[in-house]
Amino acid sequence: MRSITIGESTFSCQPDETVLETLLRENVKVPNGCRQGLCQACLMRSLDNSPPASAQVGLKDTLQKQKYFLACVCRPERNMTVALPNQQGASIEAGVIKKQRLTPDIIRLVLEYQTPFNFFAGQFVNLKRADGLTRSYSIANIPKNDNILEFHIRRLPNGQFSSWVHDELEPGAQLTLSEAQGSCHYLSGRAEQPLMLIGTGSGLAPLYGILADALAQDHSGPIHLYHGSRDLNGLYFVEEMRELAAEFDNFHYTSCVSGDASESDHVKGRAHDIALSSIETLKGWRVFLCGHPEMVNQSKRMAFMKGASIADIYADAFHVMQDKK
Amino acid sequence: MSESQETTASPDQTLYEKLGGEAAVNAAVDIFYRKVLGDYRINRFFDNSDMEKQAAKQKAFLTMAFGGPNNYNGQDMRNAHARLVKMGLNASHFDAVMEHLGATLTELNVPAELIGQAAAIAESTRNDVLGK
Repeated sequence: MRSITIGESTFSCQPDETVLETLLRENVKVPNGCRQGLCQACLMRSLDNSPPASAQVGLKDTLQKQKYFLACVCRPERNMTVALPNQQGASIEAGVIKKQRLTPDIIRLVLEYQTPFNFFAGQFVNLKRADGLTRSYSIANIPKNDNILEFHIRRLPNGQFSSWVHDELEPGAQLTLSEAQGSCHYLSGRAEQPLMLIGTGSGLAPLYGILADALAQDHSGPIHLYHGSRDLNGLYFVEEMRELAAEFDNFHYTSCVSGDASESDHVKGRAHDIALSSIETLKGWRVFLCGHPEMVNQSKRMAFMKGASIADIYADAFHVMQDKK
Repeated sequence: MSESQETTASPDQTLYEKLGGEAAVNAAVDIFYRKVLGDYRINRFFDNSDMEKQAAKQKAFLTMAFGGPNNYNGQDMRNAHARLVKMGLNASHFDAVMEHLGATLTELNVPAELIGQAAAIAESTRNDVLGK
């Protein structure tokens, strides 16, 4: 008989029972719906062994890679330790080793960690300072055995955490990090597929990581990156991107400014409008969308209507945390 | 129908098997959902920023219409659509969805007879979906 461990409890899974049936029988609250592996309400994650492939049918490839599965169709082949998607795993400590101002609005923050930490470039972590204030930021670099994480932090009006990073945080300080989360990242395979990357402001951070990952894994299809901002203070890494575009034949970069930017050499307009109108069809493309929630949601829909498959659209909307007063 | 053996379904095949099972649902879901989202008459009912979840729901619906395995009962259907009924969901919207179901299957070259059977299954949910 297989055992299912969740949190502090371990239950035995009866023969022919699914993980969902075991947990519900033991009064563990697991959201569920169709119980046929279709509606994905009972999405869970294995923290140790890979779940049976049959319990991952229909899930996004990035979620499969992270061992997510559907509890209602999972008949365990081995003992499993599982968690609900919102259950936090272990956190780690990391120290600030570099702080750079990229534009008046954006800081590049580099952290170094000591304990083993797994991530994909483009995923996000929750950064927590000593008093508990916590915000999510996307990882802009790829894992390279150097124990480094890079973040691009935009100053938000009245943003408690971002203002603190901009004005007070110094190299040497320690932060607590959650495990890496999110399904918006690059996976190898289908190397010839065209990629469309659209980001606004510090939405470039995950896209920068995704781009680095794709190039490091010899992605051979065309890669189009559109980075946009309302004003010039939200645009950064412009020279780096232009250099990369010169170096890699398959990489194309367009910087866009939607507000007033006369005299600049950026394209005038909103990044997603420019990106999506530049292409006749997105059939067969892989699409990555990061940044302003409205941009992300609009673009997701536009990309789908233009022919991209839902399974090929990866998105990370940057929701602004409302401070409780 | 032609006498080709390829297309002669064995008499005990279910509708789901005749239509091509899960692979057919996967082929249909993007086409169907794109039609629904592109239809100004009904897209407000499908306007959910979580398109993945929406697509998963469309997949569950198509699986059911295709005669595939499903555990939905009338009460589930009522509960799932109660919010939409409050938003004004009525028979004309249901008809529009039926149109898109038919058009999707036509686009996938499904024989008319099988389209009719799938449409009949979908049609059987009408009262529950509309909370009648």
